[in-house]
Amino acid sequence: MAEPEKNFQPDMEFFVDMQRCIGCRACEAACAECETNGQETMIHVNYVDRAHSAQTTVQVCMHCEDPACANVCPADAIAKDSNGVVHSANTSRCIGCSNCVLACPFGVPKKMEEAELMMKCNLCYDRTSVGKKPMCATVCPSGALYFGTREEMRKMRPNSDPVNTFKFGAQTVNTKVNVMMPKGSTELRVH
Amino acid sequence: MAKLPTSVDKIVEHYGPHKAYAPKQGFHGREDPDKLVKTHCCFCGMQCGIQLKVKDNTVVGFEPWMEFPFNEGRMCPKGVVRYLQNNHPDRLESPIERVEGEGFKPVDWETAMSKTVSEIKRIQSTYGNDAFAILSGVSLTNELSYMIGKFARVALKTANIDYNGRLCMVSAGAGNKKAFGRDRTSNSWADLKHAEVIMICGSNVSETFPTLIHYIWEARDNGAKLIVVDPRETPVARTADLHLSIRPGTDSALYGAMLQQLVENDWLDHNFIDNHTSGFEETIAAVKDYSLEWAEEVTGIPAESIRQAAEMWGKAGTSFLMHARGIEHHSKGVDNVLGCINLVLATGRIGKPYCGYGTITGQGNGQGGREHGHKCDQLPGNRDITNPEHRKYIAGVWGIDEKEMPGKGLTAYEIVEAIHRGEIKGLISICFNPVVSLPNNNMVREALEKLEFYVAIDFFLNETARHADIVLAGALHEEEEGTGTTAEGRVVKINAAVSPPGNARTDASILQELAARLGVGDKFAFENSEAIFNELRVASKGSTVDYYGITYEKIEKNYGVFWPCPSLDHPGTPRLWEDKKFETPDGKAHFNPAPYRDPGEPTDKEYPVVLTTGRTVSQYLSGTQTRRLGKLMDSYPEPLLEIHPSLAQQYGIKERDLVKVVTRRGEAEFPAQVVTTIRADTVFIPYHWGGRKSANQLTIGNLDPISKIPEYKVCACKLVPLGRKAPPASESDAYQSK
Ligand code: SF4
Ligand code: SF4
Ligand code: SF4
Repeated sequence: MAEPEKNFQPDMEFFVDMQRCIGCRACEAACAECETNGQETMIHVNYVDRAHSAQTTVQVCMHCEDPACANVCPADAIAKDSNGVVHSANTSRCIGCSNCVLACPFGVPKKMEEAELMMKCNLCYDRTSVGKKPMCATVCPSGALYFGTREEMRKMRPNSDPVNTFKFGAQTVNTKVNVMMPKGSTELRVH
Repeated sequence: MAKLPTSVDKIVEHYGPHKAYAPKQGFHGREDPDKLVKTHCCFCGMQCGIQLKVKDNTVVGFEPWMEFPFNEGRMCPKGVVRYLQNNHPDRLESPIERVEGEGFKPVDWETAMSKTVSEIKRIQSTYGNDAFAILSGVSLTNELSYMIGKFARVALKTANIDYNGRLCMVSAGAGNKKAFGRDRTSNSWADLKHAEVIMICGSNVSETFPTLIHYIWEARDNGAKLIVVDPRETPVARTADLHLSIRPGTDSALYGAMLQQLVENDWLDHNFIDNHTSGFEETIAAVKDYSLEWAEEVTGIPAESIRQAAEMWGKAGTSFLMHARGIEHHSKGVDNVLGCINLVLATGRIGKPYCGYGTITGQGNGQGGREHGHKCDQLPGNRDITNPEHRKYIAGVWGIDEKEMPGKGLTAYEIVEAIHRGEIKGLISICFNPVVSLPNNNMVREALEKLEFYVAIDFFLNETARHADIVLAGALHEEEEGTGTTAEGRVVKINAAVSPPGNARTDASILQELAARLGVGDKFAFENSEAIFNELRVASKGSTVDYYGITYEKIEKNYGVFWPCPSLDHPGTPRLWEDKKFETPDGKAHFNPAPYRDPGEPTDKEYPVVLTTGRTVSQYLSGTQTRRLGKLMDSYPEPLLEIHPSLAQQYGIKERDLVKVVTRRGEAEFPAQVVTTIRADTVFIPYHWGGRKSANQLTIGNLDPISKIPEYKVCACKLVPLGRKAPPASESDAYQSK
């Protein structure tokens, strides 16, 4: 593990641009190709309201600065590493209590009932730790998902700004993953 | 040949479609593959670059190919899971022969080949050479397309060869030839990113060509305005500046009215029109009465929106117009295409940076497959089979006497009709599944039952091959080397990752052996695919589709080469017509009058609703390949009937109610999906399924008079709500994929 970790590029960030999502589910199919999650997808695509629009949204783990899922885990199974990646529950520790599932403000962790195990995106650690991009962001055909530097993103999307501050009422959550918002936005108020 | 040898259930039990979620042998070896093979996706016309992971002669996964310039690693879900086809449990691993009442049994190649050849000989000596027809597909490489055209004319000596591009973009091909004399999208997609206006006519780009959508979104980031013409609000239409929700079958009225607006407001490039085009006066005369009000009445699009579209298009400095099956699958598909081309020519925005025009070919090798001669009217290099000089040149390349070369034959749908009439008695098909993909498919099935002998070359037993006497186990895309030509005209290299499993063989070797047994082995003595390509290069030399300067080495070195490429030192041509010299007899681009006509089957009291068809992102064409991949089936498990709430309310239809859709050709039941994203007078069904869920039981075989493309995109239907909910999708027989 020690050697590959050196290749994790900390200036590379993850960006999500919902406007671009076409609901193709390539990200889901590609995530399941990841060697660490047993052919399950850790990213989820949903229609906002299929009756009225073809708009879809995509939810990936936001890799919070101060992750609620890890904070509430009684078994210390979830840990954030020095690169800011919040890892999937450690299989030998996870007791399948679902606290994390309830705590995450973004609704990310899913409990695998059959395995009594919580699983979530670990930013494709098998790939990012060796300098590759995460699978979902690599294949996304529309650019709704992107992994790269903030500079690259600024150049590519002159009309949007990346936002990684979310306000849930009085609670502020800062994340490693950014969502693209109209130019000038600095935070997203969820409610 | 008769009905199916046994029940569909029994055939399905044995040959699938079964859904694969993992390679047969598991994922073992993925982390440590023997090799990574750079090749291309086997599905749509984007031909995205991909690397296949190979372990023990099996494809076990993929790795994005970041360096390939078109897609830079991006893929759609079909491309992501395509690797599961290799060693799929349904894969045919040896020839099989029909056993009446039982199904099929494996046979050795000797038996399969000698029976095939003796039947070909018997039918041709009894009924004449043209009584044996051949139908092929454009999933095949350029090498195979070329070889099949030659095989038909030199080995079978039949005029009746055609291909499934006939169901795809031949209207565009015919329009392009009339207007420009050359049939290719004018520019590489790179020009799209900087166009000021993009107009997309009849193409759900987001679901059918997902990796192209990236270019469109990038153009939007650069400030491009987007106009989308589509009866549905697809994901690409959702974000458009103008979504023109058109009544299916009325496209040429829209383009005519827009042209009239360009003339009225003088949004014209007079210099270009005067110096580089012909036919302008007749063309605008044909639309002089096409007022905005008239167009609104015909198309159902508000007059003001049409005016705005004309203004946006007319005033732009640079532009790209693209269309696909939505305007091509009509009995006036060629007119629709010409209507679009007229808008491009009137504003002179062709042959310049960031200005382009073209069709987006649907099938993987839809572009290359329409250039090399497996069309009934065409010889390699898009040469004309009725032109004496063209015939002479190709006869020379093939080493035959020009007089021996058959003439123009029937088109795909006409071949099936001729089989139905009993005029054609024998058929060989390769990568073509007309039982699912042709319109009016109950007729197609009846026709197959009348054949005296039918041999299919394929890798899965698709719905059509189930009727065969012999099925020769051919090769998947990843099992045979060759080239493909993408929708932007880039010739790319398809590399074999593995060899065909079991006793399956490459398609080229099957055709070579058949040719040898038919007595013309010397004409097919190719050592490898490169040797076929080298003959193709010579056959295309000097034509409008010149591949002569392209070599395997050059393709690999440059990530593909754009044709025309007439000499070895030529770099290829990403942007056509920069010199304003067109390949027409007078060297000018031609305007062509494209007056409006009604669709072949207008709605009436008995059949009051318009039916249109199309694709979903998770499936590909007749589903032979994609209905076998679990993840793709799970994400859209069965065909749904999209219906607007106001139409649904008229019939008392609610979400997931079962609705019987009836046309003059058949009927089928679908769960309703009630959505405001479709016109209120139109319903939509995706066409990828066979059996009882096949949309093509309902569609009509009206043909465009020039391109002979069937009118898939519009027919009249009636809706009969069945008063009950559809079962969960996973219990539907469409999910079981019979
Ligand atoms: S980053 Fe990797 S693990 Fe996370 S959702 Fe994307 S593909 Fe899955
Ligand atoms: S791959 Fe990209 S466009 Fe497709 S569903 Fe996922 S986020 Fe959306
Ligand atoms: S189907 Fe088309 S868009 Fe999807 S991966 Fe294959 S070539 Fe690319």
